[in-house]
This record gives sequence, C-alpha cells and structure tokens, in this order.
Amino acid sequence: MTDDDAASRDATNRAAADRDATGAGTDTGTGTSTGTSAGTGAAAGAAEAVVCRGLEYSFGKPRAGAARTKAVDGVDLEVRTGEVFGLLGPNGAGKTTTIRAITTLLPVPAGMVRVFGNDTARRKMDVRRLLGYVPQQLSADAGLTGRENVELFARVFDVPRAERAARVAQAIAAVDLVEAADRLVGTYSGGMVRRLELAQALVSAPRLLVLDEPTIGLDPIARTSVWECIDAVRAATGMTVLVTTHYMDEADQYCHRVGLMDRGRIRALGTPAELKAQVREQDPELPHPTLDDVFRHFAGRNLGHGQEGDFSDVRRTRRTASRVG
Amino acid sequence: MSAVPAAPLPASAEQVPAADGVRRPDLGLLLVPPRARTGWRLVPARVLAMCAVELQKLRHDRTELYTRAVQPALWLLIFGETFTKLRSIPTGNIPYLDYLAPGIIAQSAMFIAIFYGIMIIWERDSGVLTKLLVTPTPRAALVTGKAFAAGVKAVIQAVVVILIAALLGVAMTWNPLRLLGVAVVVLLGSAFFSCLSMTIAGIVLTRDRLMGIGQAITMPLFFGSNALYPVGLMPGWLQAISKANPLSYQVDALRGLLIGTPAHLPLDFGVLALATVLGITAASALLGRLAK
Ligand SMILES: Nc1ncnc2c1ncn2[C@@H]1O[C@H](COP(=O)(O)OP(=O)(O)OP(=O)(O)O)[C@@H](O)[C@H]1O
Ligand SMILES: [Mg+2]
Repeated sequence: MTDDDAASRDATNRAAADRDATGAGTDTGTGTSTGTSAGTGAAAGAAEAVVCRGLEYSFGKPRAGAARTKAVDGVDLEVRTGEVFGLLGPNGAGKTTTIRAITTLLPVPAGMVRVFGNDTARRKMDVRRLLGYVPQQLSADAGLTGRENVELFARVFDVPRAERAARVAQAIAAVDLVEAADRLVGTYSGGMVRRLELAQALVSAPRLLVLDEPTIGLDPIARTSVWECIDAVRAATGMTVLVTTHYMDEADQYCHRVGLMDRGRIRALGTPAELKAQVREQDPELPHPTLDDVFRHFAGRNLGHGQEGDFSDVRRTRRTASRVG
Repeated sequence: MSAVPAAPLPASAEQVPAADGVRRPDLGLLLVPPRARTGWRLVPARVLAMCAVELQKLRHDRTELYTRAVQPALWLLIFGETFTKLRSIPTGNIPYLDYLAPGIIAQSAMFIAIFYGIMIIWERDSGVLTKLLVTPTPRAALVTGKAFAAGVKAVIQAVVVILIAALLGVAMTWNPLRLLGVAVVVLLGSAFFSCLSMTIAGIVLTRDRLMGIGQAITMPLFFGSNALYPVGLMPGWLQAISKANPLSYQVDALRGLLIGTPAHLPLDFGVLALATVLGITAASALLGRLAK
C-alpha cells in the first residue's frame, strides 16, 4: 500500500536531493570518528550521528475512515557518534520502519531525521554516502560470487578502479570470508550471507552502519561471529553502529546505549546499566533486573509474545534464507 | 568491462599481526570513504556497474542463453521454412525466412527485456533493490543501468539468433558498421521494453500480477508489429497499432540493416531513442513505490 501524497512529496524531495548532490559536489566527511566534517555547512560539528525528532510514519492510504497503521508514532532519538546503539523491541514495534526512514527509503511525512547533520528529506544523496545498510532479509545476489557482490557496492560507491580489488579484498577479509569469496552466494549459509552483507556495507567506509536484525534466524555461533565482525570493524574504524534486535542478551552485551521501542514509540532510552538501575530503584522486587525485565517494566508487557507482531518480515526472511542458502 | 578476477589477494589484504600478536586483517582502505563522483559521470558509472553484474551472471550460468535460443530457432525453422515454401506472404524478391529473421531477433530481445520487471520485483522482495536504493544512485541511474543491462543481455542473445539464422541460410550483411547499428537498435529496443516492464512493475507491485500482464502484452506487441508480415497486409486498425508500437520501428531498422530492405533508419532510431527516454522517466518515477 502506498501513500500517494507521500509519494509525490518523495519525488520532490528526491529531485531536491539529486540537485544538491550533483550541483554542489559536497564533501561528505572524512570517515573518522571525530564527527567533524568540513564542506557541508549543515554537517559541520554534528556530534550526533543520527537525530530523530517527532518521527511518524503510517502505512495505508490517508483516506477518511480507512484504517491506517501508525507504525512509528513520534520517535525522538539520538545516536552519538562512535557508539553502538541498539533499537530494541518486539515484532511490529516499528524498528524497521524507523530504520527505513533514517536510510532515506521512506519519506518523512512528519518529524525530522538528520544523519550527521544532513536532513534525510532534503539531502538524500549526502546521507546515502555516509551509510552502510544491511536490511532485515538476507539480501545478497545468489547468482554472483561473494566477491562480485561486494564489488558491485564498491562500484556504486565510486571506488576508483585502481583501488577496487584491494578494497573489496579488505572488506572480505574483515568479515572472514576469504576462502569462500569466489564461490557463488547460492552456496553460502545464512551466517555467511550476513557477513557478506556486512562486507558490502563496509566497502564504502561508511560513517554510520545501519543493521536491521543482523542476527535474526542465525544459530548462536553464527550470531557471535557476526557480532565479533561488527565489533572488530567498529574498533578499527570508529564508525557509528545503529542496530535493531529483539534479542535482549545481545543488546546487553554489545550495545553502548539502547532504546526500547514498543508500538511505535520509544519507551526508555539509556545504557543497559542505567536502565537496569532505574528498574532496581523503582521496583524493589527486582534486585538484579535483566534487559528483559527492563523492557517489561517500561512497556508494561512481556517481550516476545508479539501479539501485535506482523510475521510477514519473518516469513520473508525465511523465504529468502531458503532461496539464498 | 573488467573481467572479475579470481586473482590472488593483493598484498594489502594479507593478515598482518597486530600489537597483541593476534593476526587481524588490515582494514586500512576501509577507513577512507571513496571520492564521490558527481555530475554527468555518475550515470554512466552506474550503468557500467549494472552491465558488469549482468555479464558476470551470464558468465556463471549460460543455460538461459541456450534455453532462450530454442524458441527463436523454432520460429525460424518451422514458421520461417514453412511460409517460405508456401509463398503466401508477399515479401517481394526476398525469401520469407530472410524477411522473418530480423523480426525474430527483435522478438527474442523483447522477451528478455519484458522479464526485467519481474526481476526488479524479485530484487525488491529479496532486499537487493532496497540495498541499492540506499547507495548514492539516483533512481533514474538505477533504472538506466537495469535498462542497459537488459540491452547487453539482449545483444548477446541477438548474436545467437543471428548465428542460427546464418546457419539456416539467411543472407545477412557482415558489414561491421551495419552490425554495430544492429547492436544499437537491439540495445535501445530492449532498454525501452525493460522500462515498460519496470513501469508496470511500479504500478502493480506484485510478481503474480506482473506475470499475468507480461503475458498479456507481449503477444499483442509481437503480432501487432511488422515482425511477421508487412504492415500493408494488416487491417487498418492493426496498422494504427503497429505505427504506435516501438517494436515495429525496431524491426524496420533491423531489416534495413541486416537484409537491406528499404528502411526509415533516422525515424526508427529517433523513435526508439525517444521511447527509451520516456520509458526511463516513467520507470524511475514509479521505482519509489517499490521501495515501500
Ligand atoms: N509495507 C507495509 N504495509 C503496511 N503495514 C506495514 C508495512 N510494513 C510494516 N507495516 C506495519 O508497521 C508496523 C511496524 O512494522 P515494522 O516492520 O517497522 O516492525 P519491526 O519492529 O521491524 O518488527 P520485526 O521485529 O517483525 O521486524 C507493523 O504493525 C507492521 O504490520
Ligand atoms: Mg523489522
């Protein structure tokens, strides 16, 4: 279902963004973790990698009487430069929709989203140059080898020909796929496809890595290896990571700060330790709360029962996984 | 197009020991974002990228190239040979098989191109398109890339059909300039039909509906053109359809270039180029609908 108004607005925005991108030849930053970026006036000195203010998004036509799903309902959010930020929540919480607004895939009908100071509605091309994105589904091209998949992204991010092979090789080495690089992706396991997607995202040296449920559908060993890749690359490059998950244990272990999301809203925001401390204070019955307890406390219900959840994403993931792996 | 090397890794990707003695991959290049291409060079670069992918896929799996050669071969063998003997279609002093061959080249190119709408929906469903839409690639560049990738594939297919036709004894030109013209015509025609198909994909949004529509339009496009018979033989209403059908202009140009029949080359090239531009515009305007 598409929103016609939003679509036309999107077209206008796009035109503006394309104009910006071609006209100004803007510098899109240095790729360091300091968050300073010369060139784009708007981006100068942006300490926050991502800022969302009052972000809303609804699916369905805005016809009177027609039911609209308010997938995101006023999200305020900051991701600081250099941190790993986890967006947590059950199925249908609105995590993917928020991510898609941040990655310029959806128009922003209400509210504001900035990535390193660039408004995602007006400076789409600048935002995209700063992003590495791994969507929720497994999404590598099964008819190409791993190396060719990464190479495509090197090309579309304008990696010069002379540097391409070496850069692609480094990205593949970074996710530990050197041996499998020249095999068709159709023969990869789910965990390998995920790591390949990381390589695709990393080859352009993004300042913000956006991962939508990077470990969904993976076994514990593959999950650990994906997280180790993310961690190692982040440690080496200082990039900012925005990740969604509904595995609270992963968030606890790997995220510096988390936002708990439920029914389109952020219910709590802070470091896992801070949130646990708050719960400890407010609920003496829980002397050693886990993040699950924290979620229950702030959302007023259990996680993982997904009554409101939409299984289409999960189904899609599975379908792709079986096709790819 | 650079071939994709299964080459040994360059030295920079070797594992280097870190301070703590653990061997870690060198990520040096991944620290620096590549310089952005701007201005007019952006679109050709993206088109090249998409064409490279198409060639790589073709290199890994050539079965499609062969299976897609079966149908044109049958058309030429059965329909072409039979009607050449019957002499029921007046094609002047050239044998009907020769007359038919350019029409079949155009047909096989169109069938390949029409498939691209289904492919883009498949890529949407599998997340491949979504990821490309988050790269610095304007939608028009993405669509142009896909369109030309379809063209490259169709040109390779056309080579196969031309070889089959030559084997059957069709007298065609081997003048390299004319053959270059043939490649351009096939490229433009396929670019248009792939955009038509991607435009419909952007309207109907699901693969099942598009498959139905694809089936429903390819045959009328084919029969409502001059691919099988001279326009003069058609009833008035069909002539009108044929006049508005880019496939007719494609066949006219191919016939002129390959067989040497009188053709309207400037008009043909003009119509095909214009149709391609319109197709790219329409498909890129609707591509956003697939992203949601
Ligand atoms: N294309 C769409 N059309 C209509 N409704 C949609 C669409 N995509 C998502 N929704 C709805 O928006 C809400 C939020 O979905 P979203 O995918 O953002 O959740 P999520 O937090 O990512 O969940 P999951 O953990 O299942 O991935 C859900 O109620 C879902 O049904
Ligand atoms: Mg999701």
